[in-house]
Amino acid sequence: MLSGLFRTVPVSLEQGFAYALMALGVVITFRILSFPDLTVDGSFPLGAAVTARLITLEVDPLLSILVAILAGFLAGCCTGLLNTRLKINSLLSGILMMTILYSVNLRIMGRSNIQLLTVKTFLTPLENLDMNRFIPMIAFFAVVAFGFKFLTDLYLHTQNGLAMRATGDNEQMIRTLGVNTDNTTVLGLGVSNAFVALSGSLVAQDQGFADVGMGIGMIVIGLAAVIIGESMVGVRGGKKTVMRMTLAAIVGSVIYKFIIAVGLRMGLAPTDLKMATGVMVILALGIPALKGGKEGKLHLRGV
Amino acid sequence: MVRLEGLRKIFKKGTIDEKVAMDGLNLHVREGDFVTVIGSNGAGKTTMLNLISGTYTPDEGSVFIDGDDVTHLPEHRRAKYLGRIFQDPLMGTASSMTIEQNLAMADLRGQRRGLGWGVKRDRRDFYRDTLRMLDLGLEDRLKDTVSLLSGGQRQSLTLLMATLSMPKLLLLDEHTAALDPKTAELVMGLTEKIVTENNLTTIMVTHNMNMAIRHGNVMIMLHEGKLKFDAEGEAKQALTVEEVVRRFGADLKDEALLC
Repeated sequence: MLSGLFRTVPVSLEQGFAYALMALGVVITFRILSFPDLTVDGSFPLGAAVTARLITLEVDPLLSILVAILAGFLAGCCTGLLNTRLKINSLLSGILMMTILYSVNLRIMGRSNIQLLTVKTFLTPLENLDMNRFIPMIAFFAVVAFGFKFLTDLYLHTQNGLAMRATGDNEQMIRTLGVNTDNTTVLGLGVSNAFVALSGSLVAQDQGFADVGMGIGMIVIGLAAVIIGESMVGVRGGKKTVMRMTLAAIVGSVIYKFIIAVGLRMGLAPTDLKMATGVMVILALGIPALKGGKEGKLHLRGV
Repeated sequence: MVRLEGLRKIFKKGTIDEKVAMDGLNLHVREGDFVTVIGSNGAGKTTMLNLISGTYTPDEGSVFIDGDDVTHLPEHRRAKYLGRIFQDPLMGTASSMTIEQNLAMADLRGQRRGLGWGVKRDRRDFYRDTLRMLDLGLEDRLKDTVSLLSGGQRQSLTLLMATLSMPKLLLLDEHTAALDPKTAELVMGLTEKIVTENNLTTIMVTHNMNMAIRHGNVMIMLHEGKLKFDAEGEAKQALTVEEVVRRFGADLKDEALLC
């Protein structure tokens, strides 16, 4: 039993770090911008689709990843523009983009999935190292996750980053100080979805295929990871710093993958995964409300 | 300094709930004036501030600040002209951010915000000195998040933020109304001090007639979106609450004014 648990650790770490960028994107929208962005379900497979298609067209893998990041950025900006320019409700903007991206992803791939097992990806050199494949993989994904966490922390302490945080905290106030909050919202959504697309791109290369359905329920997974992470790291009250919030995304992502791996080992049917994740989020958000507290509730704009 | 010409603003135009909030208002505020604004609920006091700050655009008329026509300038581009404080102490600060981050954001009022570090070390001393003036002990709490502060502390911080980069115009929208009497007195004292020391042009909306008479050099009264009465200089100093009530009691259906 215990050795079974241990065996789930490497795979949880590998997948957890790979999905951490997606959770980081969710932190930026839900926590920093207070914008309930559902584009994630579309931008995650978008990153995978762009990378997979370009790699099979023999484009350099690194370049394919960069294009995927750019595609995610543009997708996020579109959601932001729907909300700020066309005044469409924030939730609906995300749902619209996610739906549109489903078709876009099919167009990009030309079919519903592309396998990457037999072609050279960005991760192939790491997989061919003369050691247990988990070691370089975990190391690589950890470096990427913490690298982007660090960059996000830095950015959110710049003048521009402070304005973005204030947009999520008190939009009226930062507008009276001369910030065009439409722009900060669009930029934040772009950056967030760029992270998500990068995560999708890396996950596709890691698992060896891109599938048009791989983004379904992704936002719920992201939220689950963020909520788990926040309770582990302790993000509340005066400790609600940017550094802790971004750390929570990474920690939460790993723990989430660990919980799922353990669940699967104990007989949870893979088909019930999304339900289990959904229930997890409902409990995390709902229990504080049932207890009469307000802490668990999300403060969101435009809902 | 501020000129309002024939301002009209109608809400829900063409519906059964149509409301003429601003009905051809003309107002001239000179540089260095401290104008207090009274009027009952719905008289158009807050609408006037919203039109000046750009939260609303008028249906007719123009707004000039410092000689520039800003009638159609969006809110965020008027920031360099004016600082504004709202009634709700929660509205003027970002609660999840620290005191020094809030001040740093106010420091850049109306300027481009690049990728430079948000809170600069050399400005931090300046923030500390400025906070010391409040005499609330905030100078030792630069890295505390604002959510830890009381309403009065937050409103005092908002006042500092609104005046930190010395805007041309300060708008106060019943900024002490949500505070307990003692704190309100404190914040008003600070306001008076900052405004006088810097000779700031100020427009202060208040529900408290005593305050309107006691502070400022000009007092105006709005009624149904129009200027009903104005007094300045010695005529204003000589005003009493009783006299205003006697003359305009019928238009001031608001007991709050009398306290």
